[in-house]
Amino acid sequence: MKTVATYLAAATLAALPAPALAEAGDVEKGEKLFQQCKGCHQIGAGATNRSGPHLNGLFGRKAAGLDDFRYSKSFQRAGVGGLEWHAETLDTFLENPRAMTSGTRMSFRGVKKAEDRTHLIAFLRQFSDDPANIPEADPTAQGIDHDLDPAILALVGDPEYGAYLSGECTTCHQAAGSDDGIPSITLWPEDQFVVAMHAYKSKKRNHPVMQMIAGRLGDEEIAALAAYFKDLEN
Amino acid sequence: MTLNRRTFLGTSAIAAATLAAPMVRAQGKPRVVVIGGGAGGATAARYIAKDSKGSIDVTLIEPTRTYYTCFFSNLYLGGFKKIDDIGHSYGGLAAGGVNVVHDWAVDVDREAKTVTLAGGANLPYDKLILSPGIDFVEGAVEGWDLSAQNAMPHAYKAGSQTELLRAQLAAMPEGGTFAMVAPPNPYRCPPGPYERVSMVAHYLKNNNPTAKIIVADPKPKFSKMALFQEGWNNHYAGMVDWIGDDFGGGNVSVDPAAMTVTIDGEETSVDVCNVIPAMKAGRIAEIAGVTDGNWAPVNAADMSTKADPDVYVLGDASQQGDMPKSGFSANSQAKVCANAVRGALTGSKVFPAKFSNTCWSLIDTNDGVKVGATYEATEEKISKVDGFISQTGENADVRKATYEESEGWYAGITADMFGAKA
Ligand SMILES: Cc1cc2nc3c(=O)[nH]c(=O)nc-3n(C[C@H](O)[C@H](O)[C@H](O)COP(=O)(O)OP(=O)(O)OC[C@H]3O[C@@H](n4cnc5c(N)ncnc54)[C@H](O)[C@@H]3O)c2cc1C
Repeated sequence: MKTVATYLAAATLAALPAPALAEAGDVEKGEKLFQQCKGCHQIGAGATNRSGPHLNGLFGRKAAGLDDFRYSKSFQRAGVGGLEWHAETLDTFLENPRAMTSGTRMSFRGVKKAEDRTHLIAFLRQFSDDPANIPEADPTAQGIDHDLDPAILALVGDPEYGAYLSGECTTCHQAAGSDDGIPSITLWPEDQFVVAMHAYKSKKRNHPVMQMIAGRLGDEEIAALAAYFKDLEN
Repeated sequence: MTLNRRTFLGTSAIAAATLAAPMVRAQGKPRVVVIGGGAGGATAARYIAKDSKGSIDVTLIEPTRTYYTCFFSNLYLGGFKKIDDIGHSYGGLAAGGVNVVHDWAVDVDREAKTVTLAGGANLPYDKLILSPGIDFVEGAVEGWDLSAQNAMPHAYKAGSQTELLRAQLAAMPEGGTFAMVAPPNPYRCPPGPYERVSMVAHYLKNNNPTAKIIVADPKPKFSKMALFQEGWNNHYAGMVDWIGDDFGGGNVSVDPAAMTVTIDGEETSVDVCNVIPAMKAGRIAEIAGVTDGNWAPVNAADMSTKADPDVYVLGDASQQGDMPKSGFSANSQAKVCANAVRGALTGSKVFPAKFSNTCWSLIDTNDGVKVGATYEATEEKISKVDGFISQTGENADVRKATYEESEGWYAGITADMFGAKA
């Protein structure tokens, strides 16, 4: 069995703490898991862009970083905002793609089990330019659980409060839902809204204005806004 | 101005307002009068009408039929916008249930709770919201007064003044001099004069590259200074001479007849002179007796004045604490105020005040920067919570995205003020 641990061991044996090695992903398991991605993404020799970009050389690539693929606006913004693919960002992204890029065309709910993500990342990593040289600071993740506390997701928001709070949003995000320069936030499924706001709040998702605005929203307030925007049609 | 559908809607709105007024009073609905249809006033009127669903009678007094936004007026000077791009009618507000009356408010009687219009009408109110913007402090720049605004425009209230300044810029002789007299704090839009310098420089670089810009500034430093100075060096090397207070920039007089500017004793002949004098609250705030010095002190929780709980002041005219005087701030304050006013008049739920601001500036094509903060209401004032600012040395993609964001913001805030365009 070929695992990333083998690569890591060769490259940085002395420097790596033992637990990280123990938790490194299994490339073969990752390859199996990749079956669910294959409909849209190619990887390996001769891979080309399909409805999703090819995934060779993904590590260290900027989000929306291929010149010859047409990315969603949401992805382009994330790239300009500084999102780069490393084990940690991939882990967050794979867990729930829409937490990081709300408007991604990738219609995939995410890989919920941290362990599975670790395997997938280990597999993807093999197709980076020089897997053995990926620095130690970027270990193939020990899957971290990013999942929002279910209690937060279960909060029922007060749409009237949301309507008031939305005043802070509509100075920039048009209530009528235009998407030029600033993304549309109307008719956004409630749980995705909540996950995205918490991703800004915890600074997993980049954008100085949104990190600042979401940074001081409480759980109740985020729930209220989500409840309001999910039905806002005009 | 051509008579298009929008202006037509605007005029019919006045007729509707005058006709509807007595009937509405007879029904005994609570009445809100808003003076000034700019960033603060238009937003407040629209939100109260929209959220009260007809249970409050909202009248907006605004003399102009087309509101030209000061925001993006510098981009017009730079050639990035046409004048019509920054003009907005009041038809959307009228359609949204606001009685729009195109007239000046000339007096406020706080005892009788009435507002007198230049046309003679007396409007009663239960709550009065003032958002009259700014006027200039008399005698602030030696040699300049309002009668000189054609020779030396301020272009700090957008519209004809902005068009005049653009025409003067275009008529500058080759290698000529553009002078700006910058204002002392506090004034509307802290980065405004410096975005203007950038946009004038952009125009000159493309049309009159040997021309020069001199800025006489009474301040030792200014908003986003490092970002602007970096931008001026990168894009307009050698064109901009900024003379701050340390170098006598505050010691200025002008002679509009001779077209000269004297900075710290040294007289210079100039081709264009943009004088931006010290500012104060729009006159009507003073007439209403709610100012203390140049501005109207307000309570942070709801923007009511310290002088009168039934009179609110929004935007530039208010003295509220830490927020900069900006369109974004005025819009943000208006929503807090609208919520509080509606609560006071109809018993609807009043939520805690929350404010925010972001100001974008354009330095050159696709080179945008921004600064912003969030604020909360304390007993004493509107108080800053958290903030951020663009960094020097950012890459071109980030700057371009920032500029594109400002375009999105402009569309967003104008729709938030005036309603979606018909
Ligand atoms: C060059 C420039 C660039 C700017 N750029 C930005 C920017 O990028 N972002 C930003 O957020 N802000 C910007 N601003 C600031 C912004 O324009 C103001 O802060 C904002 O307009 C303030 O809103 P307000 O409601 O207080 O006043 P205003 O928007 O000025 O509205 C006041 C209204 O009241 C009316 N009025 C006055 N007196 C009376 C009366 N007696 N009766 C009836 N009506 C009356 C006036 O006609 C006017 O329409 C800029 C300003 C300038 C000058």
